Amino acid sequence: MEVNMLKKEDKIFKNLYNELGWEIESSLKRDDWKNTKDLISKGREWIINEIKTSELRGRGGAGFSTGLKWSFAPKEVGSRPHYLVINADESEPGTCKDRDILRFEPQKLIEGCLIAGYAVNAHTCYIYIRGEYFNEGKRLQEAINQAYEKKYLGKNACGSGWDFDIHIHYGAGAYICGEETALLESIEGNKGQPRLKPPFPALVGLYGCPTIVNNVETIAVVPTILRRGSKWFSSIGKPKNTGTKIFCISGNVNSPCNVEEEMGIPLKDLIEKHAGGVIGGWDNLQAVIPGGSSMPLLPKKICDSITMDFDSLIENKSGLGTAGIVIINKDQDIVECMARIARFYKHESCGQCTPCREGSGWMWRILDRVVKRKATYNDVELLADVTKQIEGHTICAFGEGSAWPVQGLLRHFRKEVESRCRDKPLVKKKLNNPYLVDQHLLENKNA
Amino acid sequence: MSIKKVHGEQPKEFKFSNENLKKVEEILKRYPDKNKKSAVMPLLYLAQRQNENWIPLAAMKYIANYLTMPYISVYEVATFYSMYNLAPVGKNFIQVCTTTPCLIRGADKIIKLCKEKISPNENEVSEKCNSSWIEVECLGACVSAPMIQINDDYFEDLDEKSTTEILDSLINDKPIKPGSYRGRKNTAPEKLVSINGGKHA
Repeated sequence: MEVNMLKKEDKIFKNLYNELGWEIESSLKRDDWKNTKDLISKGREWIINEIKTSELRGRGGAGFSTGLKWSFAPKEVGSRPHYLVINADESEPGTCKDRDILRFEPQKLIEGCLIAGYAVNAHTCYIYIRGEYFNEGKRLQEAINQAYEKKYLGKNACGSGWDFDIHIHYGAGAYICGEETALLESIEGNKGQPRLKPPFPALVGLYGCPTIVNNVETIAVVPTILRRGSKWFSSIGKPKNTGTKIFCISGNVNSPCNVEEEMGIPLKDLIEKHAGGVIGGWDNLQAVIPGGSSMPLLPKKICDSITMDFDSLIENKSGLGTAGIVIINKDQDIVECMARIARFYKHESCGQCTPCREGSGWMWRILDRVVKRKATYNDVELLADVTKQIEGHTICAFGEGSAWPVQGLLRHFRKEVESRCRDKPLVKKKLNNPYLVDQHLLENKNA
Repeated sequence: MSIKKVHGEQPKEFKFSNENLKKVEEILKRYPDKNKKSAVMPLLYLAQRQNENWIPLAAMKYIANYLTMPYISVYEVATFYSMYNLAPVGKNFIQVCTTTPCLIRGADKIIKLCKEKISPNENEVSEKCNSSWIEVECLGACVSAPMIQINDDYFEDLDEKSTTEILDSLINDKPIKPGSYRGRKNTAPEKLVSINGGKHA
């Protein structure tokens, strides 16, 4: 039986596992940089329209229409230059797709940068890579140098008449810099704290200039879409959830892997056919985090029939996010897993907004108490309340990202959480005085 | 936002080596002339590499001078980002990923081994092998979990046996090979073998 559901010729990333070689010579054989000049000569309107009709949605997590985003950039260049910024700050737990593109398909990204840069009137592109990906960044720099040698970049890039330069900027281990405005702050040499929106980066972005920020995977699929046509791309997947997507399947599966598949593939097929099944069999499945740690988890009942695309996951109160799928089987302590995620968010909160800075710590401490069986029933109520206090009260989406996984846990595993709680707190109050402002005086014997 | 301590004993002076000064010129070319401040992160990296993988306060002052920006802004950046070390670390700097995808595949066992073999506490430079280890958040190689990063390289698909091998080689100063330790090609799915009716990678 053929394992792949997506036909081999429909795969965009043919060298995802580096079986064919990453160097420019071998990627030229895979049709990279083929008739790039002709594509560009068809003009901005055509490029943006093709991307719009292909219904490509951003692969970085939010799933916003890429063509629409590009059309927000001012049509004419005013006094300020335009910038294109590529977000390669891949830090969402469960996600490692961009790493493989940077390592093994760098020319797809570079070609996409040129086309996208032309479409949004940008002469300069910054690729923001997370600092830990030092070797991946080195590889990308080599690939960029190779492209310069072939005159695909630089002055009159690829013979298109458009000047284009790409620079790499390393991050330094801050998850929040994956948020687009924090990323821009970071390139400007500040600490990565998100900006208020509006104004959106498309009008006021890097150095106050119009800037388009896109994920690596989004940009890397653009050349193939233009070459094969938007009709081809939108014929794959489901309506409004078109095309192919790299899924990262990790956790308790027999053979964890990255795999490119059609959008809207059933989750069960993805796990059983590509990742060798859940360890201990499908019935041993406890829960799945479908789109990186900030998306709420799904219990087995939903996993049986769910398809992996933006809209059907939203219907089930979760999201596709970055398509980093983490499988958790029944051998794991689900509360401990989520407590660890809460600790991640506590560590990574940038500290700008109070609800997120304080709330992420609260959530972690309460979940930690539950894991250690020291929590009370009131704590569970409090936990649910804290998640609601964070959600929607922060500058960026980090607040939601930290609150949603906990909400998901409470939505689907509340019994599991409550079974570890006790009625009364372990430490009983010694004093039975009514609350006083100077309570501390009562505790002081000398007062 | 991580809590970081600035090292107690600070060198009085810091200067970029001639070789690094050339690199600085290259870095400055990437950013518009008006926005030299953008170079602060790459420059901090250079300083860290020049100074045995940690950044002294003198280097921050030097960079502030070099880019004509306030010292506090450089300090702010250096303390905000977790990859800038403000205190000495070992020559082999081991970062163990312990976020959920690694945790459920056994990252706690790697932590235990690090405690046994390197040093009982995080950030403690062990004398015998000039190494230190630290627990970090997701390193972005989740399908190869559990994994560790030693200096710039990723070591993937680990288990207790292979981690012991790696740490022993570090202690005995032997070369180590980065990449997958289950012999698979990057992030490709492995072929499954049936052992006693169960599937094994």
